[in-house]
Amino acid sequence: MTRKRRRLIAVLVGMGCLGVAATLVLSALRDNLVFFYSPSDIKAKGAPQGRLLHIGGLVEQASVEHEPDGKTVDFRITDGSNTVAVVFRGPLPDLFREGQGVIAEGKLDGNGVLRADSVLAKHDENYMPREVVNALKRSGHWQEGGTPPTAVGQAKP
Amino acid sequence: MIAELGHFALILALLLALLQSSVPLIGAARRNYAWMTLGRSTAVAQFVLVAAAFAALIHAYVTSDFSVQNVFENSHSDKPLLYKITGVWGNHEGSMMLWVFILSLFGAAVAWFGDNLPPALSARVLAVQGMIGTGFLGFILLTSDPFHRLVPAPLDGRGLNPVLQDPGLAFHPPFLYLGYVGFSVAFSFAVAALIEGRVDAAWARWVRPWTLAAWCALTIGIAMGSWWAYYTLGWGGWWFWDPVENASFMPWLVGTALLHSAIVVEKRDALKSWTILLAILTFSLSLVGTFLVRSGVLTSVHAFAVDPRRGLYILLLLLVAIGGSLSLYAWRAPALKAGGLFAPISREGALVLNNLLLTVAAAAIFWGTLYPLFSDQLGGPKLTVGAPFFDIVFRWLLAPLLVAVAVGPLLAWKRGDLLAALQRLWAALAAAVVVGLVGLYIAGGGPILAVLTLALAGWMALGALSEWAERVRLFRASLAESGRRARHLPRAQYGMTLAHLGLAVTLAGIAASAWQDERIEIMNPGDDVPIAGYTLHLNSVDKVQGPNFTAERADVTVRKGDSVVAEMHPEKRFFPLQQMSTGVTAIKTNLLADLYLALGDSDGKGGWTVRAWWKPLVPWIWIGAVMMALGGVVSLSDRRLRLGVAARARVPRGARAAE
Repeated sequence: MTRKRRRLIAVLVGMGCLGVAATLVLSALRDNLVFFYSPSDIKAKGAPQGRLLHIGGLVEQASVEHEPDGKTVDFRITDGSNTVAVVFRGPLPDLFREGQGVIAEGKLDGNGVLRADSVLAKHDENYMPREVVNALKRSGHWQEGGTPPTAVGQAKP
Repeated sequence: MIAELGHFALILALLLALLQSSVPLIGAARRNYAWMTLGRSTAVAQFVLVAAAFAALIHAYVTSDFSVQNVFENSHSDKPLLYKITGVWGNHEGSMMLWVFILSLFGAAVAWFGDNLPPALSARVLAVQGMIGTGFLGFILLTSDPFHRLVPAPLDGRGLNPVLQDPGLAFHPPFLYLGYVGFSVAFSFAVAALIEGRVDAAWARWVRPWTLAAWCALTIGIAMGSWWAYYTLGWGGWWFWDPVENASFMPWLVGTALLHSAIVVEKRDALKSWTILLAILTFSLSLVGTFLVRSGVLTSVHAFAVDPRRGLYILLLLLVAIGGSLSLYAWRAPALKAGGLFAPISREGALVLNNLLLTVAAAAIFWGTLYPLFSDQLGGPKLTVGAPFFDIVFRWLLAPLLVAVAVGPLLAWKRGDLLAALQRLWAALAAAVVVGLVGLYIAGGGPILAVLTLALAGWMALGALSEWAERVRLFRASLAESGRRARHLPRAQYGMTLAHLGLAVTLAGIAASAWQDERIEIMNPGDDVPIAGYTLHLNSVDKVQGPNFTAERADVTVRKGDSVVAEMHPEKRFFPLQQMSTGVTAIKTNLLADLYLALGDSDGKGGWTVRAWWKPLVPWIWIGAVMMALGGVVSLSDRRLRLGVAARARVPRGARAAE
């Protein structure tokens, strides 16, 4: 085999591997995109059932209920205009509380209740997920530089 | 006063960096020796000035000088001294100071150890270092001045985010930055080589120790961050595919590839332009990492700055550095002479496979991390890429790599014999089967993927050991002969074996997480909860007073049968200053498994949510990482890699036969 030919084969094999890898990556990506919805988005456009999605907003005041088993928590996420009910079984983050901005990840069931696998509330008292801020802005419940309405006067632990 | 001196030192450092990035470069082009050597003195002077500025900032923190805005915002007089110091880099301005400090440290190190570099190469390397320094010093002075004064000075500070008040996290940034910034040296060498148009074995021998040192630090930094997440966040996870974690992982992957391809350049004079490209990419990914974390484009715990001016500056810096170096590469790389030929089945071939898989994995992570950003910027839907994406991609891309790790070192350079190599690995294959069967037996069927992964770890571990046994001709020569050979094996050889073993150990730790046991229960004092053969008994939950927090502290007795194994005290701390609460988990480890307790909320009726996990082999994840880093250090101590030796003549052929 000549040097040129050998190089050609090497390049072709390399390209083939890269092609396989790219296909794998892209198909895996398509299956694992998690779209973000605000409660108003779901009301307006609906959201697919049985697909993993993120719902973000503020935890509605006086909506958090612990079920007797001690593991399951029910609460509602609001963007000021609409709400979505969430059922979550598992450890809540330390910063989870009413009025706090959160993102819940899970699937919607037939009744439009989000069965959450995880709830994110980041470790900073000033932190508000960007998606949540935008959702609140869109529903007209956020003033630039201001605190979100539902969080005002909230009891801190 | 001291703060002003620090600020002044920074400005002087910027001026010196400007000088360093131009004069030596011109000197090298014109063969003016005096101009070339200017790089070395400015690099050292720059280090002294930046160190002085950094010391001034630390001084302001230690003395709680709240007239400095940065100290006011991030420190508090009640804070323990350790966290006053580590709090320096617990915020945007301070962490950029740390970045520049480490950069100037590396610059000075190149100048100190660079005695026997060809003067033109040394001048060009230092000039490129100077350019990076200019960019970042300018960034600090223009957009994030840490010495800004407040008038009138406040009485006390706002305190550091309690989550950051933790020994594991205190030293995570310095190690991470040592890694990120350490790759700048490889980058500078690559750019200097492109300017010169010459890459040879000596060049590779120069670059490898720097890359290795940076890689070790980055390994430790990433492991510390993941360990911190494991023991603080309170749900037992240790890796979340968070954008910021990915940002540190991408340079690690490409840096690992660079480490391996530099061997080929050194030993076989091949893969030269690819190695240059990897060096550029590694540092570029470090810069992208800095950009992702510091600009606030991705919201995360780590994103301190959400000032668009900073984001814009870093973005411009990124464009100049990455765009510039890649353009230079496109222009000059074709001029590099191609080196030795090799067959696909050979040590070089195996290293090429390693490089391909590592870079593709890094590219996939890059795509997954930045895709949401692109989608958002281009007006697409808001989305994130779920963790399963990374899991799937990683599994399929890295499985072949991990299989090959055991085979590669047994192949000869230039033309290898795959069959012969595999024959020598029969022991490893047997071990893999045994480990798999044992895993299957213990798990009682269990998740098949985890069993396979465990078997793969067994294969790699035994593969690394049989490669060593092969080198010392264990059991084939007399023991004395084997001992003699073992003593004479180069340290780099031991470094490799140790690092590959570490990878196997980490992999085993990851695989075994499939068998964890989890309990989330509401417990009243006096209740018992069984987990993995242990019984947890909650004695009480008491209020405790800390230096700057109050805590609820659970007292849990762990029994196995009738004997008490441990007393564990998970806590929930409340920091009144920041109005924040954080959990402190209790972990009891025997290095084979962790018992992990986290205290949740009170139910208001005297009961507490207690989350308990039993996690087999989980400490191995970090033990393995430490072994990998140690492997790097051992390899770094190899005489041939020691910094002064590089310029000396090549070691005679006979002494290198062991490779």
